[in-house]
Amino acid sequence: MFKQALAICKKDFNSEIRTRYAVNALLMFIIVVISVIKFSLGEDKLSAEMNAGLLWIIIFFATSNGLSRVFVSEEERGTSLVLKLSSSAGSVFLGKLIFNTLLTFIINFLIIFLYIIITGLDIKNLALFSLTIGLGNLGLSAVMTIIAALISKASSKGTLYPVLSFPLLLPLLLAAISATTLTIEGAPIGAIAGELQMIASYTIVVITASFLLFELVWHD
Amino acid sequence: MPENIPANNTSGSSIMLKAVNLTRKFDRKVIFENVNFELTPSSATAITGRNGSGKSTLIKIIANLLIQSSGELNLFNKGEKVKKENVFKYIGFVSPYLNLYDEFTGYENLKIISDIRGSGHGNIDNVLKRVGLYNRRNDLLKIYSSGMKQRLKIAFAILHEPKIMLLDEPTSNLDLEGISVVDDIANEYKRDRILIIATNDAHERSLCGNEINLNEIKQS
Repeated sequence: MFKQALAICKKDFNSEIRTRYAVNALLMFIIVVISVIKFSLGEDKLSAEMNAGLLWIIIFFATSNGLSRVFVSEEERGTSLVLKLSSSAGSVFLGKLIFNTLLTFIINFLIIFLYIIITGLDIKNLALFSLTIGLGNLGLSAVMTIIAALISKASSKGTLYPVLSFPLLLPLLLAAISATTLTIEGAPIGAIAGELQMIASYTIVVITASFLLFELVWHD
Repeated sequence: MPENIPANNTSGSSIMLKAVNLTRKFDRKVIFENVNFELTPSSATAITGRNGSGKSTLIKIIANLLIQSSGELNLFNKGEKVKKENVFKYIGFVSPYLNLYDEFTGYENLKIISDIRGSGHGNIDNVLKRVGLYNRRNDLLKIYSSGMKQRLKIAFAILHEPKIMLLDEPTSNLDLEGISVVDDIANEYKRDRILIIATNDAHERSLCGNEINLNEIKQS
């Protein structure tokens, strides 16, 4: 199953490199949003709470733009049948989840890198900040992947994606914003342990539920 | 009255496809109901019927791409019922609504599919030669003609040497040479495996010994 999933993930990467379905739109979005923030702020500095909130808003909408493509492009181009006739539903979900997780990490690395350069954000506890963003990314890509599978068969995909994913992601976003704020201020691990536990538990629950539900979503 | 196709001689056969009272509705509209058949190796069955009678729907249900509204469809291998999630391993499928990946070459498409299926690449060249695409194997699919794409779909279907071959209007878009390729494959599969063709074309019907006529099955 894992080997098949990796083959699907590799196929998606090669496809993305050739078609640039998601990458072009994402790059434009990230550059435009971060530029607007810079122009609005000028030389002003934001509080840790504002920085954490803004970062996660950018991350949420950037991933909303990019991650739905994994299933939507397969349905729109009629290639989903190839996957259905070549592998089990579990392998397809795992492959798409790995691809989306890697894509989320790349997107978010770029967002944070540009955000730090442009706004001059000073992160006091970089190791814990990275851990928070990493765990948050995993939860985010898990939710976004199963929602992408659900909406790929709907007619108004663009509107449905953020509408369906936001309520599901709210607990994750609240915990991630709180933990990110504390790490920017330099809090030790003990201060954010609760948030990290919550994000990790949430991610495990979402991935487990997604594996159980995906077969139904995929086959009808 | 349900349509009944008698079982062929099952002695020595390893695979059997059995449908009991198969019914499919879209919302409240009954597409077909109470379809019954029992197919064993060395059989060739044409699914016929007027437009909208459910030929493609029935073939999708057999391929496990769609779920029936009621009734049972089971695949047996050596007397054991095959789990739904493993049915794809036994199925070769060609249809007008199946599309391969435009951004890859013909060879790359088959290589990706072999990787996803976990089979080797050893059979790819043979299959491409058989469908007459070997000399164009390194061309991107987006520059293939519709006939060449149809040939590649046939290559996709025979690549893993399935025990059941499902062909939905297999000769559409094909020239005489392409039709002869389909004839060869149909004749090969009906020798020792199960062949099902959904069609109204007289030539394609002539390749089959049995017929399931959906016009004769009650529809409302």
